[in-house]
Amino acid sequence: MIDLLILGAGPAGMAAAIEASRLGLSVQLLDENAAPGGQVHRNARADARGPGDIQAHAGAKLMAELAASGADCVYGATLWAIEPGPTAFYSVNGAARRVEAKRIILAPGATERALPIPGWTLPGVMGVGAAQTLLKSAGLVPQGEVWIAGQGPLLWLYAAQALAKGGRIAGILDMSDPGAWRRAVWRLPCALRKPRYLMLGLSWMRAVTKAVPVHCGRAIRALGTDRLEAIEIDGVRHAADTLLLHDGVVPNTQITRAIQGLRHEWNEAQRAFRPVLDEYGHTSVAGVMVAGDSGGIGGAWAAALSGRIAAIGAACDLGLFGVEQRDALAGPLMLQRGDELAPRGFLDTLYAPLPVPAAADTILCRCEEVTRGTIDNAAQLGCLGVNQLKAFTRAGMGACQGRTCHPLIHAAMAEARHAPAADMEAMRTRFPTKPLTIGELAALAE
Amino acid sequence: MKQALIIGGGLHGLSTALHLARRGGWRVRVLERRHVGRHSSGVNAGGVRRLGRDLREVGLSVIAAEMWDNLPRIVGDDGGFRPFGQIKLAESDADIAKLEARQAATHARGWTHEEMIDRDEVLRLLPAVSGHVRGAMIVRGDGSANPMRTVMAFRRAAQEAGVEIIEGIAVNGIGTTGSGTLVVETDRGPMQADRVANCAGAWASGLAAGIGEHIPTNAKASMMIVTERLPFFCLPTVGSAARALSFKQSEVGTVVIGGGHQGANDIATETSSQNLMNLAKAARIAAEIFPIVAGARIIRSWTGIEARTPDEVPVIGESGVMPGLFHSFGYSGHGFQLCPAAGAAVAELMAQGSTNMPVAELSPARFQQKAAA
Repeated sequence: MIDLLILGAGPAGMAAAIEASRLGLSVQLLDENAAPGGQVHRNARADARGPGDIQAHAGAKLMAELAASGADCVYGATLWAIEPGPTAFYSVNGAARRVEAKRIILAPGATERALPIPGWTLPGVMGVGAAQTLLKSAGLVPQGEVWIAGQGPLLWLYAAQALAKGGRIAGILDMSDPGAWRRAVWRLPCALRKPRYLMLGLSWMRAVTKAVPVHCGRAIRALGTDRLEAIEIDGVRHAADTLLLHDGVVPNTQITRAIQGLRHEWNEAQRAFRPVLDEYGHTSVAGVMVAGDSGGIGGAWAAALSGRIAAIGAACDLGLFGVEQRDALAGPLMLQRGDELAPRGFLDTLYAPLPVPAAADTILCRCEEVTRGTIDNAAQLGCLGVNQLKAFTRAGMGACQGRTCHPLIHAAMAEARHAPAADMEAMRTRFPTKPLTIGELAALAE
Repeated sequence: MKQALIIGGGLHGLSTALHLARRGGWRVRVLERRHVGRHSSGVNAGGVRRLGRDLREVGLSVIAAEMWDNLPRIVGDDGGFRPFGQIKLAESDADIAKLEARQAATHARGWTHEEMIDRDEVLRLLPAVSGHVRGAMIVRGDGSANPMRTVMAFRRAAQEAGVEIIEGIAVNGIGTTGSGTLVVETDRGPMQADRVANCAGAWASGLAAGIGEHIPTNAKASMMIVTERLPFFCLPTVGSAARALSFKQSEVGTVVIGGGHQGANDIATETSSQNLMNLAKAARIAAEIFPIVAGARIIRSWTGIEARTPDEVPVIGESGVMPGLFHSFGYSGHGFQLCPAAGAAVAELMAQGSTNMPVAELSPARFQQKAAA
């Protein structure tokens, strides 16, 4: 049995592995990708110039420390289940494995919140996050008539990165609420405790607006028969080969929601569920901890700090030292984390998620092609929540297990029932949370 | 108008409510703690099966089979019922002998729905089955249905028949006023009724215990696996004589694998979860019998909580302690097919105190006799 299993080699997972190894724990780190970094530090070593370079430097440093840490890093590993114990199940190259650990730190990061404009399911329309993955991992810059629509820091970062790599962007539709500044401004002094975020954001926006026409508004449609051909902004048609959408990110809770008894809470500011955590990252389930954005969106620097803090907490749990030493080690890191989280209230207010489109024909669950109208109809027939909605409509039952649609159908259901989102329970997920084959699973029984 | 309260909004509660409301003269309310079809009703494997049933419930199952054939006339929808047969495979000579003995026992009682078939017929019906199969028993009119669709059909039909379904209401106990009227204690206050049905599934024996009636059940959480959509290769629902398997391909091409492999459950928190090593056993049996599915990707697995009685057949009948209270629970993982007929039987018992449906051997009295002895 190993001391500590860590899922995800993003900033939180890498920092946790480095810290835990330094403290003397035996550590195994799993990540689906071929190399460490996660989404934010993907290919960071090659990326340490240009927009986002401060983050890339931080990522490259973590990677170097991880390589030297002695942690057993397994890349190309997909975790698909966790049982009480805790015991984790994962697959590498089609072979399922089972590992028992005294502690598990889950750091699967964030997922993009889908932006269901009319036509968003057409081929040629994708998330900014996916485009960023292509940019970072394969150096693919956008080709042809590329439009970006939505809001949030990642939108501007991606645009700046794409331009710096020689990409061309036909136009951007900034869908953020122009009035949000007034609501957010009183949070600005707090945000300025860590001005780096705002400086960076402003620098990305400046670089982008110099080179790309920026429209403002929300009336956008993606048009095309078999794939995207054009977009329409305020009734004006523009040719488009690619449309990239973005409306911020939400904690990836696919795994934690599948663990029975692991409590989650609604975060009204970020309009998303997150696992209930103590300051070290302990969940309500023994042995299972969470670090990084999957416990609440805080960004890469806060994630790395929470990874280290969780590792210190795990080491103390396993008897390496007492709580006094634990608190002495983690205290300064918690103060730093507090600073890193200072701009969050400002950003969350400025970029509050866009409302789910009211049009009845808007597809919210793309796997099962369930529209907003179908969900409203189910609510009228007496459907009480998102879990029951599966029976009424099959929403959330497709191959993605609600990964994409959960925030949308949760919001739509709350609106249809005139209930606060916080009162509407989250959709339950079930293991395996990532697909594996019958044969892979069967091999475990031999 | 007489008042009836049905505790539990699963299929058996809904079916009982529907049949009672259709009799006329009854105001029927269903009390459901969470939402309709929350536990095993909505998430079972959907087998519509007479094949291999305990002899005490074959009679009810045969009536239910006729009702499944007529389901559109009963609830306005066929529940996705596809009567492509249920097959129990023999993988050895011992299995053949076991199935032949079973067939002789049902035929001796006058039921002829179970038929032995040879290996060639098995391969004709199941071209993708592994070559080691020796023969099988089949019930050609059996098949499978869609549990959620069936729940929704019964829900709709019950409401159209005048049943009031109250969701999000918890029942804490059952009592009497002393004058023959029953009182159901809920978290929204007491509710009175002339007749009460206890269709509370895994939580029903707890309600019975609350009035001093001991009907032992434990909870089970059978697991199911569903794969991605595959090309069509299997119409019947397939089991094995010696191994725990239930295998079917749905109308959209996904393969649903079950067989009673158990996950973990927690009655107090109303939750269940998978046991992955047990799930691996189900996957292994499926892949050995249908090698074609070894490469299919699993997209989901799930469990649902259900009550199991010590003798694995349900409890249907009037309480031995509280006249006017009728039990219908403990279906032990095979109540889905029975629901149209069991609901009709319980409704008849509630309305007229007797029924000519074959449920006498399922009476809760069998446990009281045991306790006395």
